[in-house]
Amino acid sequence: MNSRDMILARVRGAVAGAPDVEVPRAYRGAAGVTAGVTPRDTGGDTGPNADERLIDLFAERLRDYRAIVHVVAEAEVASVVAEALGRREIRRLVVPEGLPAAWLDRGPYDTVGDDPELSAADLDGTDGVITGCAVAIAETGTIVLDAGPGQGRRALTLLPDYHLCVVRAGQLVSGVPDAVARLAPERPLTWISGPSATSDIELNRVEGVHGPRTLEVVIST
Amino acid sequence: MSRTFLGMPARALEQSFPSNAAKAVRDSQLRFNLRKATHTIRDKRASVVGELPDWEELRQAGKAIKDHTLRNLDRYLIQLEEAVTAAGGRVHWARDADEANRIVAGLVKATGETEVVKVKSMATQEIGLNDALAAEGVTAYETDLAELIVQLGDDWPSHILVPAIHRSRAEIREIFLERMGEWGRAAPEDLTDDPRALAEAARLHLRERFLSTKVAISGANFMIAESGTLVVLESEGNGRMCLTLPRTLISVVGIEKVLPTWRDLEVFLQLLPRSSTGERMNPYTSTWTGATEGQDFHLVLLDNGRTDVLADEVGRQALRCIRCSACLNVCPVYERAGGHAYGSVYPGPIGAILTPQLRGLGSELDRSLPYASSLCGACYEVCPVAIDIPQVLVDLRAKARHPRAERLGMAAAGWIFNRPGRLARAQRAGGRLRRFVPKRLPGPMSAWTDTRDIPDIPRESFRDWWDRTGGGSR
Repeated sequence: MNSRDMILARVRGAVAGAPDVEVPRAYRGAAGVTAGVTPRDTGGDTGPNADERLIDLFAERLRDYRAIVHVVAEAEVASVVAEALGRREIRRLVVPEGLPAAWLDRGPYDTVGDDPELSAADLDGTDGVITGCAVAIAETGTIVLDAGPGQGRRALTLLPDYHLCVVRAGQLVSGVPDAVARLAPERPLTWISGPSATSDIELNRVEGVHGPRTLEVVIST
Repeated sequence: MSRTFLGMPARALEQSFPSNAAKAVRDSQLRFNLRKATHTIRDKRASVVGELPDWEELRQAGKAIKDHTLRNLDRYLIQLEEAVTAAGGRVHWARDADEANRIVAGLVKATGETEVVKVKSMATQEIGLNDALAAEGVTAYETDLAELIVQLGDDWPSHILVPAIHRSRAEIREIFLERMGEWGRAAPEDLTDDPRALAEAARLHLRERFLSTKVAISGANFMIAESGTLVVLESEGNGRMCLTLPRTLISVVGIEKVLPTWRDLEVFLQLLPRSSTGERMNPYTSTWTGATEGQDFHLVLLDNGRTDVLADEVGRQALRCIRCSACLNVCPVYERAGGHAYGSVYPGPIGAILTPQLRGLGSELDRSLPYASSLCGACYEVCPVAIDIPQVLVDLRAKARHPRAERLGMAAAGWIFNRPGRLARAQRAGGRLRRFVPKRLPGPMSAWTDTRDIPDIPRESFRDWWDRTGGGSR
């Protein structure tokens, strides 16, 4: 018997006769999916202020991770992005394919595309990367990239030391279940909650190890 | 089947937990480090768990999803295998540590490479993969900061989440200064013990290695049966480096890590980060399905004693464990004894029930582990998948063979308590001889009186007093 068949046979022998289990899902699910669940974090408020409260919560959670956060009107994104890149003195900026052109003014920096694919060493030699995202989660301060347009493959947001991410208010959901429901498992996902960090030294969180040490987020309302 | 190997040297198995712990508690630096770290993380966990009004509902869902999966594990493993294969990955099955190590070594050698980078993984710790690869001429570089500290210090992990929790920042600085140069880029000479500076030293030390290494080895926190997706949670970005940059990725994962559906992640991505590092979300979570972005992907499914645990009606709940380590951080025994005393890569309360089940109760150490607890129940309270650790501990205590003196003592007590007449005669004899009973018992019985006083024996038993006085009326 090969190992596969042996392991499966041992599993079957081990659980034979054991009762199955129903999964109770009484927790707060994705809004609208689970009946009788109040929208998360808006205190049941579904009125006109609900979006604003979600944005405030998201910004606050990101700042807890020591990310830099701006909340701006859509028309101001380009100028806030230009200022941010200027402050960082970015000279070579990675721009993934499909990034909305309206987000980038012609700056005093060179933009670097990923077609043909940049080598790891090339990427390591850039100063930063700008991306959009697929979904963002307010309650946990999380940005999710799914390698879609304006995001690029996973290495693009890993090797540059600075990641600037533009989140549109419409991409913001309140909790983890809403995000899972919107995302497709077959795409490679990167969930980002603040800059690279470690708790390995005396269990205190320190920002900045192997991933980008600075995360800057522009929330476009 | 040979004895299940759990990644610890044979010498660690020669001592029982009490003698290991007795040594550990005399190390005041270790106790200081552990106390500081465990108290920090306890408070953080309590605060972020308290934020969620539905924590208990998430916990019950997590428990039930795991139980349902374990009940139907054969079906979900087959579904996972099909999904991973359909997405261009290759699935291998390993009955034990030796087989898993052989498979991984073979896959690495087939690439022609002699160096691999590793993401922190309990499964590869458990099977002792690094030593097995070294024997085949392959060097494995640990890239998680704490694993790096352990590897450079030629040390053993002492915590599931933070393997170098027993080290203070000053000790870490010493290790970096002395050993980094032997493994690659040396630490800067003016390195301080500021955690920021230590993290920076690790970044510089590993950067070139990440950019050039062609093969990576990881574990996984979860595997999704319906889609074939693997999930890794981490903090530093070393995981992303290993999962993204190398051309070949080999993941070694215990068979109990499978979850039925993509949707199940909505539960576990809330339970795990808050329980382990006490954060609302860990900095980075990566998910990938099969051969992603042109990589070669191999999944090694590991049994290594898990099906034995699954066969035990009480003990199988230990397989729900998602390795968050919340139980270690709240345990009063772990806080004082530290992780090395448990003689396994799985220390603390979860280790005390998992290790003897995976390895069996053959050694003195493994028989002593179910007693490495005061049964206070704090571990059960914080467990995000509600593993009733005290229940399993008590069950294992009943299964473990007890020391000879204890067995004789208990048999004698049982004989006496079994008949009221025998008990009365024994009590009268005790009352008459009470002046001759020593304060400390001799020989093997001294284990009892080392830490306890023998209670005073009354002159007369309660029953005799009742008979003599008619319940005090005469």
